[in-house]
Amino acid sequence: MASKSITYEFAKGLIKNNPVFVQVLGMCPVLAVTTSVENGLGMGAATTFVLVSAAVIASFLKPIVPSEVRIPVYAVVIATFVTIADLVLRAFFPPLSASLGPYVPLIVVNCVIMGRIEAFATRNTPLPALSDALGMGAGFTAALMVLGGVREILGSGTLLGISLFGDFFNPMLVMILPAGAFLTLGVLMGIFNAAKEGGGMVLIKAESKAEA
Amino acid sequence: MNLVVLILSAAIVNNFVLTYFVGVCPFIGVSKKIDSALSMGIAVTFVMTITAIVTWIINRFILIGLGLPFLEYVSYIVVIASLVQFVEMFIKKTSPALYRTLGIFLPLITTNCAILFVALLHTMRQYEFVESVVFGIGAGIGFTLAIVIMAGIREQLETADIPKPFQGAAITLIVAGILALAFMGFSGLLAA
Repeated sequence: MASKSITYEFAKGLIKNNPVFVQVLGMCPVLAVTTSVENGLGMGAATTFVLVSAAVIASFLKPIVPSEVRIPVYAVVIATFVTIADLVLRAFFPPLSASLGPYVPLIVVNCVIMGRIEAFATRNTPLPALSDALGMGAGFTAALMVLGGVREILGSGTLLGISLFGDFFNPMLVMILPAGAFLTLGVLMGIFNAAKEGGGMVLIKAESKAEA
Repeated sequence: MNLVVLILSAAIVNNFVLTYFVGVCPFIGVSKKIDSALSMGIAVTFVMTITAIVTWIINRFILIGLGLPFLEYVSYIVVIASLVQFVEMFIKKTSPALYRTLGIFLPLITTNCAILFVALLHTMRQYEFVESVVFGIGAGIGFTLAIVIMAGIREQLETADIPKPFQGAAITLIVAGILALAFMGFSGLLAA
């Protein structure tokens, strides 16, 4: 691990180990809030904030926390940052906070966060931990925005609230509904897998170069 | 509110997995075989019911009583984590047979968002004690129902010829989508 560069730790979260499409982690917010790009971005930003803060704190705490009680300790750290994120959203972005609803507190149990802390942050120094968390957060946010974009375009005929097709387009309501979330994510995941084997290889090679 | 309506609403009409998307991780991870899916469902229902009871008491008498609602998330996650640990030890001592069946699933339940979701929703909707407990049971039954149906479908999928990029999680999500469409048929069944 130590030989890999900081840029590699960041870049691997974007495509190669994308938390949503490759690791299939943190599914509840991915499916629940991606009815529009805006919601996806809001949830992605909140999750990234919690992930980065908790990962850095956890990498500092590692030497002093006995391994038997580490999970509850990290859970409390995560819950604290989620509380901060929730209060900030409620105070400064009330409409976004209302549309994300109970899914903001659910960031506490988002497996991406506990997963990165367990698998990476506590085995590395704070700097790589920060880089890894930023990369995973960016990959997570990007996935949420893509999913939100597809569902918003198909389900309401808009992108970022701007109408795209005028009156010609009859929105597919099902895309906004729960069923649409599962279907879109399933299809996108298939496309992602197919692209990774084909054209996506270029990107992965670029990431591997950063590794060296 | 009518308790029968509440339990049907939590289990079927507003199924946790298929309409609120909570508990999707185990729904996808532990739905390969019907019997392990059923064990997971029972374990979740069990923990969910106890969580509803304990978090209701904590919320009403400690958080609201002392004016500390901002500690809601921190205290709930601590309660759930220790509860899961406690339930695991209790089952291990009292029923080794049940422990062997549920054993590996119990620690996973801590990070199952459905559990925390039950606690958050009964707080948000200000349910009374009995309502909260019934809501926890109903949500657990709904989770069990969804994961067992899913496991049944996936056992059949084993023999299906699926395009390679769609194998694994992708096809599971598409199946879940179709299942969610089917469950949409229940909406409007109840006024609640």
